[in-house]
Amino acid sequence: MKRALLLALSTILIVGAGIAFAGYPDRPITYIISFNPGGESDITARLQEPLLEEVLGVAVNVNHKPGGGGAVAWSEFQRTAKPDGYTIIGTNIPHIIGQPMLRKDSGYETNGFDHIMWFHFTPNALIVRADSPFKTLKDFIDYAKAHPQVITVGGSGTYSANHLETLRLEREAGIKLTYIPHTGTGPLAPAILGGHLSALMNYSMLPAQLGDKVRVLAVASEKRVEALPDAPTFKEQGYDIVGGAFRGVAAPKGTPKEIIAKLADAFTKANKKIAEKQVPMGFVMEYATGDEAKTLVDKMEKAYSDVIIDILKGREKK
Amino acid sequence: MELFWNVATTLMDPFVFLLILGGVTAGLFVGAMPGLTAAMALSVLLPFTFKLPPLHGLVALGAVYMGAIYGGSFAAILVNTPGTPSSIATAFEGYPMAKDGRALEAIGLATVSSAIGGLAGVFFLLLLSPPLARLSIQFGSAEYFWVAMLGLTLIASLSPGSTLKGFLGGSIGMILAAVGVAPIGGENRFTFGMPVLQGGVEMIVALIGFFVIPELFNMAAHGRAALAEVTLESRKRGTFLAALRTVLSMPGNLIRSCIIGEIVAIIPGAGGSIANLVAYNEAKRASKHPERFGKGAVEGIVASESSNNVTVAGSMVPLLTLGIPGAPPDAVILGVMLMHGLRPGLDLFTVSGSLTYGFIISMGLAALFMIPVGLLGGRLIYRVIVKTPHYLLVPSIALVTILGTYALRNSMSDVVIMLLLGTSGFLLKELGVDSAPIVLGLILGSIAEMGFVQTLLRGTALEHPWLMLFENRLSQIIIVLMVLSFASPYLSAGVRRLKKPLDELRDEEPPE
Repeated sequence: MKRALLLALSTILIVGAGIAFAGYPDRPITYIISFNPGGESDITARLQEPLLEEVLGVAVNVNHKPGGGGAVAWSEFQRTAKPDGYTIIGTNIPHIIGQPMLRKDSGYETNGFDHIMWFHFTPNALIVRADSPFKTLKDFIDYAKAHPQVITVGGSGTYSANHLETLRLEREAGIKLTYIPHTGTGPLAPAILGGHLSALMNYSMLPAQLGDKVRVLAVASEKRVEALPDAPTFKEQGYDIVGGAFRGVAAPKGTPKEIIAKLADAFTKANKKIAEKQVPMGFVMEYATGDEAKTLVDKMEKAYSDVIIDILKGREKK
Repeated sequence: MELFWNVATTLMDPFVFLLILGGVTAGLFVGAMPGLTAAMALSVLLPFTFKLPPLHGLVALGAVYMGAIYGGSFAAILVNTPGTPSSIATAFEGYPMAKDGRALEAIGLATVSSAIGGLAGVFFLLLLSPPLARLSIQFGSAEYFWVAMLGLTLIASLSPGSTLKGFLGGSIGMILAAVGVAPIGGENRFTFGMPVLQGGVEMIVALIGFFVIPELFNMAAHGRAALAEVTLESRKRGTFLAALRTVLSMPGNLIRSCIIGEIVAIIPGAGGSIANLVAYNEAKRASKHPERFGKGAVEGIVASESSNNVTVAGSMVPLLTLGIPGAPPDAVILGVMLMHGLRPGLDLFTVSGSLTYGFIISMGLAALFMIPVGLLGGRLIYRVIVKTPHYLLVPSIALVTILGTYALRNSMSDVVIMLLLGTSGFLLKELGVDSAPIVLGLILGSIAEMGFVQTLLRGTALEHPWLMLFENRLSQIIIVLMVLSFASPYLSAGVRRLKKPLDELRDEEPPE
């Protein structure tokens, strides 16, 4: 009985895979989000869901599998997901770069995905309270030079985009700060508004949301962010710091090229519509597909490699 | 005044009423299912709300949120399993009542208390937002640490037998909280080389395991239906008017619980899971008959259910004024607001006033809608549970529990963790270590750790970083509260011992 069932099941799977190739997609697609409901990754996926369904003509089911800063879902995905285009997963830079290098048991590899697209970028921004004595990045750096470790900089998570950017700022400017990790972006607003921290290194959405209660000393993007026209970039002020979180979507390694292309097309169309809502919130839209998507990972890996190597060296000393 | 009419006319729309009714009903069932959380329900609703105008979207989300926090009480009362962490304390009194054939009475009390709590939250939000928002940002990392310590003193009253065993349970919970990626430092802890353990022990998984599984073992072992048929007397007391009379007969308890709920609500990250326990504890301490607690004391239900529903609208204070989401469901609501171009702050109350006030008032309406929906829905769920023989009930609950646990993070390993924790919870209970302190330790462990390490980091440049823990006035106040809370059971026992000989002497005085 069991064997018969198994046989039937595998037949269905094989036939299913064959059909999948012919007219992809012909059944619902599972879109895994490796973070909690309510976060940026989730909200973006929820916005994409109906738009993707319109383009692809099948249901797209957003599933959550949070834990370990995304690593729980990513490791299971690389281990078990079939490369047939029916299971895709949201990916984040620098998470997928930092975690495999810095954790012993992350359970996945940076290059273990077939990237479909990176659809937006939320650059890091150095934020202070509106009444802070630091009027400019120069004030901030001068003070830090004179008073090592006195300035406290809050951010979301350890070895996260926020943390790595703080480390890069320390390296580039030759200063010592005290980075204070928080769980997610939520606790950062009260911490800065209540005066418990000197500054924040967080994504561009937070100052767009907090408005004139805070001041942005610098943004880690190539050009100024549309939603923050008055906030200068690090580059304008002489520091080559560009970084933040890229959000994207990936398929299992070995997924047929045609399927990846079809998904990339659907995500591009969805992204163009979502841009209207996300640009005023401080997002920078990206349209990196195909080889470009892979190049972006390599580029960011290089950008963060120096600080990651520093961290690893520091650990060996301990 | 013009604003008032604007708000009134926007809300006087049958579609809005339908949204609230549907939202409360859906929320109620989500809340009653262990494992399904308010945040999850709101997130699933998200795509639909984008098709609606902003007000309608927010109204629907607010109603689901309100219903879900209330719905948790059903599972707490009928199967001794808090449907959400906001109803842990409800189970302490509600389940013993249900066992005595007073299930409908308990549901009636929970319903009325929840509705009053919900309205109280709206009241705070409407009238006291600015001062509460200012208080909310006073809580920094040191204060979080001390709040967690204050929470741990609840263990003394949550463990009826031995306080020592209670603290043992609390420690087990705190160790469980340490599994996974360290919140500060980012290393993997206690993962034993298994990538899946990076996700740690999710609080709700532990909650389900520690509360449901031991109960299922008990039901199976004793081979009887879980609940007694409701008595006629108790059926009468479960009606709306009777329950309302009972709840209003304890104004002190009600007001205290609502204030506690509001204060906890504005501390970002705390929310209903802590509010209900603190309010319960205070109700017990203030009661003239603390010995009745744990055996079906109605004050306990009123405290727990009123305080947790205050947090729904209450946590909107920092959200609407400062853009600070106090709990995961608030994050979803913030997302929707930002998506519609509504930025938290003063503008929300002036420029888009009719929308904001419409949303706030709709939460009050949702609280009122809970009464009919809850009393009818409660009766329905109760009938199903009582009519089902235990040999069907036990496996059905087990199935629902496993499905709920899986659905939480779509993770089979969470199911395994839940079953393992549940089994050990049963054994620990046999040894006298109760589940409640373990879960409390788990909830507070990570808050305490974050607060402690963040504070020490903030003091890196100081000679004695730990002095940062005592620096703020608010920290000092919380420390005093903590000492009082910890010492009060001993103090009152001491006072009683001193008084006792006097009373005895008086009793022995011969009548004139």
